[in-house]
Amino acid sequence: MKLSEYWHCFLGIQTREWLRFWQQRTRFASALVRPLLWLVVFAAGFRAVLGISIIPPYDTYITYETYIAPGLCGMIILFNSMQGALSMVYDRELGSMRVLLMSPLPRPFLLVTKLLAMGVVSVGQVYVFLLLALLVDVEPPLWGYVAVLPALVLTSLMLGALGLLIATWIKQLENFAGVMNFVIFPMFFMSSALYPLWRMQEASPWLYWVCQFNPFTHAVEAIRFALYLQWNGQAFGITAAVTVVLALLATAGFQPQRTRILGTRTG
Amino acid sequence: MSIDVRHLGFDYGTTPVLKDLSFSLTPGRFHALLGPNGAGKSTLFGLLTRLLALQRGELLFEGQSMARFPAQAMRRIGVVFQQNALDLDLTVRQNLLYHAALHGLSRKQARNRGDRELERFGLLERANDPVRLLNGGHRRRVEIARALLHHPSLLLLDEATVGLDVASRKALNEHVRALCRDEDLTVLWATHLIEEVRRDDQVLILHQGQLLANGTGQAICDETGSRDLSETFHVLTGAG
Repeated sequence: MKLSEYWHCFLGIQTREWLRFWQQRTRFASALVRPLLWLVVFAAGFRAVLGISIIPPYDTYITYETYIAPGLCGMIILFNSMQGALSMVYDRELGSMRVLLMSPLPRPFLLVTKLLAMGVVSVGQVYVFLLLALLVDVEPPLWGYVAVLPALVLTSLMLGALGLLIATWIKQLENFAGVMNFVIFPMFFMSSALYPLWRMQEASPWLYWVCQFNPFTHAVEAIRFALYLQWNGQAFGITAAVTVVLALLATAGFQPQRTRILGTRTG
Repeated sequence: MSIDVRHLGFDYGTTPVLKDLSFSLTPGRFHALLGPNGAGKSTLFGLLTRLLALQRGELLFEGQSMARFPAQAMRRIGVVFQQNALDLDLTVRQNLLYHAALHGLSRKQARNRGDRELERFGLLERANDPVRLLNGGHRRRVEIARALLHHPSLLLLDEATVGLDVASRKALNEHVRALCRDEDLTVLWATHLIEEVRRDDQVLILHQGQLLANGTGQAICDETGSRDLSETFHVLTGAG
């Protein structure tokens, strides 16, 4: 296969994802409502009861809004990835996943490209959220908006791969809601997105360890540190390692012998 | 283009679906794969398109193993699935461009080829309509146009006329026959409807995963002593 063919295929998948996104642009707004509600309403209530001490990467006392903003960036990507997984189950039921897998290009390339395409849409949403967060005085350094990009892309890939893995194993669309409840909420709440881990350690040591093992915690910390122009090698490394493992499992799951995309047996 | 199926077998769990299937497709001919529901046609298509993994036997595309050289084969195969595989929210042209990109075609090439195919199918003026607005017959035509974009030499159609009215079914069948005749395209047309098959077609009759007959419709009728293909089909499969 020529390199140009990979490039055209890459562009085609990206374009389709954006076109689909544009068709469902109300999704864009609704995907922002959720984190904005958390940022404006939830954070206002909790600000009074939850004091944040000076913890890295912050070098001064911060508002609760500032603390949860990176976690809410993660939340946008998490929900989007699961939505993407849902659309893949939908695609599979409708048959359009077959069109993708009928390409002569290698399947791992096709699937990783699809993950990237979904990730780019999520990252765009995160930037819009960060701009809106300026209204409640969440003001990271200007270069932080650039520095956070790799962490956002990595998080999108990790959660996209998780979504793809879930989509691989779900037989029907109806089973999806249950999985969402078992994945999204535990991942989000048992992480450092809403409260610092030292707070969690004080409240419940075992929960603290669960949070430590949750890859979403590390993704959020990678975003948090990058947004404030600091490098958290551990968080970045763990997120990258989990991304590779999930991507390998997910792409292997879409090999034909494990694929259920023929769905109904009719003829 | 030649395709050889050798001793193909496939099971879903412990249930055998295809049993020791062997046949070849003749280049440039219209082949009808005839079988009642549950005969194993879709499973055979799944194996030919690599959506299912080979369990037993061999598939050869131009003498090369499809399992070992899948990309070469997939470049030359166009498929129309039984279920709609178009993105309903995208326009006809966007669907074609997407498919072309998946086959590594540039946007310019894709647009040229797409417009040519749409013109041939009488759908060029619908190019910017969302697929959702098209009727069943037109959607099928778009799917065939899409399957031809990358210039395949083998076109696989799995129950392509399901859900269409009689006139649309007939028109689609005629259209594919014309493609086969005019462009030297090899066609494998899977159906359970006898009226879509002609006596001079290469006919493969599949029943309960086994190939019961393989030859021209006329030859099979002569062999079974039947008046027509309908009777042959009934004699061989017990189905009407």
